[in-house]
Amino acid sequence: MSQHSTTYVPKSAFGKWFESRLPIAGLVHSSFIAFPVPRNLTYFWTFGAILAFMLVSQIVTGVVLAMYYTPNAAMAFQSVEHIMRDVNYGWLIRYLHANGASMFFVAVYVHIFRNFYYGSYKAPREVLYILGVIIFLLMMATAFMGYVLPWGQMSFWGATVITNLFSAIPVVGETIVSYLWGGYSVGNPTLNRFFSLHYLLPFMIAGVVALHIWALHVPGQNNPTGIPIKSGKDAVPFTPYATIKDIFAVVVFMLFFAYWVFYMPNYLGHADNYIPANPAVTPAHIVPEWYFLPFYAILRAIPDKLGGVIAMGAAIVIWCFMPWLDTSKVRSTAYRPLYKQFFWLFVVVCFLLGWLGSRPAEGWYVIASQICTVYYFAHFLIVLPVLGFVERPLPLPNSILESVMGVQKGGAGVPAGANAEPNTKG
Amino acid sequence: MAETTTHVAEPTRRDFLYIATGAAAVVGGATLVWPFVQSLAPDAATVAAGAPVEVDLTPIAEGQIVKVFWRGKLIFIRHRTAEEIKAAEDVNVASLRDPQADSARVKEGKAQWLIVYGNCTHLGCVPLGQQGEYHGWFCPCHGSVFDTSGRVRGGPAPINLPIPPYAFASDTKIIIGQEATA
Repeated sequence: MSQHSTTYVPKSAFGKWFESRLPIAGLVHSSFIAFPVPRNLTYFWTFGAILAFMLVSQIVTGVVLAMYYTPNAAMAFQSVEHIMRDVNYGWLIRYLHANGASMFFVAVYVHIFRNFYYGSYKAPREVLYILGVIIFLLMMATAFMGYVLPWGQMSFWGATVITNLFSAIPVVGETIVSYLWGGYSVGNPTLNRFFSLHYLLPFMIAGVVALHIWALHVPGQNNPTGIPIKSGKDAVPFTPYATIKDIFAVVVFMLFFAYWVFYMPNYLGHADNYIPANPAVTPAHIVPEWYFLPFYAILRAIPDKLGGVIAMGAAIVIWCFMPWLDTSKVRSTAYRPLYKQFFWLFVVVCFLLGWLGSRPAEGWYVIASQICTVYYFAHFLIVLPVLGFVERPLPLPNSILESVMGVQKGGAGVPAGANAEPNTKG
Repeated sequence: MAETTTHVAEPTRRDFLYIATGAAAVVGGATLVWPFVQSLAPDAATVAAGAPVEVDLTPIAEGQIVKVFWRGKLIFIRHRTAEEIKAAEDVNVASLRDPQADSARVKEGKAQWLIVYGNCTHLGCVPLGQQGEYHGWFCPCHGSVFDTSGRVRGGPAPINLPIPPYAFASDTKIIIGQEATA
């Protein structure tokens, strides 16, 4: 896949015969066994593996649920209750799937903020990073359509509110919305096509994940210092070090997941979704799932329909420009004393937006949402570009090894010529 | 300088074939996409089910709002009180976000009957009747406020609640989905 490609030599005669026809064992060996991993990675670097596990978990539980679910407006709600009450272990599989979506987003948000903190989005990892943003958008679409399938009140009104976002588009908006619905309002054709797409999109995610991992294996992983691997001493082989660490992290995450599934399976959902869809009554308080709340707060903060939709879209699209908006040469926030404060302020603002998204759209909540929205965009458009020029970063260690072991005395240090970044050549 | 290679090759029959093949592929591709996109549009059964519906107004008491459906869309039929009509008429039309006189939103001589679509023009929630600052409607989702004429007076909704096509068949009966020329 990249410079450290195949040192793999098959031992058996069959292995040699097969490898010369399909070199997949060599690919696995170079990507997941011999692949050099920075020796200073923390547990924040295990969330990629956790996300891969969650994707598989969602696909497995989802495929089974699809065997019992009926995508028809008259029967969908009943079929979900059938899964919960009659199907053997249906309750478990559905709770795993519903809570699994939340766990997926917990892991992806940790993954994203780890990337923001350690500057993983910067050169040479821009394409890797933008593929990640695409995965996140696909996840949002998948989660939204999945939430519509039980055809409860929140399903129906969530679908109505989100599809109506497209009606903000001038001139063709109304036509686009009726093409999304397959009718004059959210109805059976809408449910059918959402089911079809909800089944399709996870496989598209899997495809982009393959590209994401491929793009990761070209420059290699970033690490808490943000400086690249300069010698073999900076790295350890993927197997066993990263393999075992990832498996351990996945198991710990499964405990967290299991806690939700077995002790509070409905905590992250809405009671209103156990009421069958009723197009004549909107629930008193419509809120999306928790993982959409910050974006929902931004949507509501703008007192203009088209403006709100644009702001909400821009809140994610702006991520794609981060590699170029951030003018600092230093990747890791650990060496950026000023940015560190702005980073945590940004985290606080994101949590605040999430909380505000769960509040009704009235009174000072609206004003607070507007202030937070302005700050959210200012972080990308002002803080990131300006800090690169005014901030004085802390001195970087000479190598990953030095950051872990301290400065080595005698010949163990890094050769002076190794300061060039081998990885930026792409 | 660079003009040393001014030799312009005659278009050959092969060039023509390339262009013709490319054009056929583009037109053919676009033609093939068309039925797939069109399949997303409301189907024949849905369109057929969108025929006009009759509504009897006699059971609707003064001050009451009744919900009916036409084409799967919610419609409010509001029997307005004299006060509500006055409140709707006594408004400086120019000050509105979507300026429209109350008289343009009801049928002549039938000012007590307000018939509007029941989905907020923001994102389609169902506003709650007799609530909000103007006692018209208040949308619980994002806080849009409508007056007793269904006109937007606050919040994120961009336009007034639209008026569906309808006509009075008699003093106590309307046909929703039919324009008022009959």
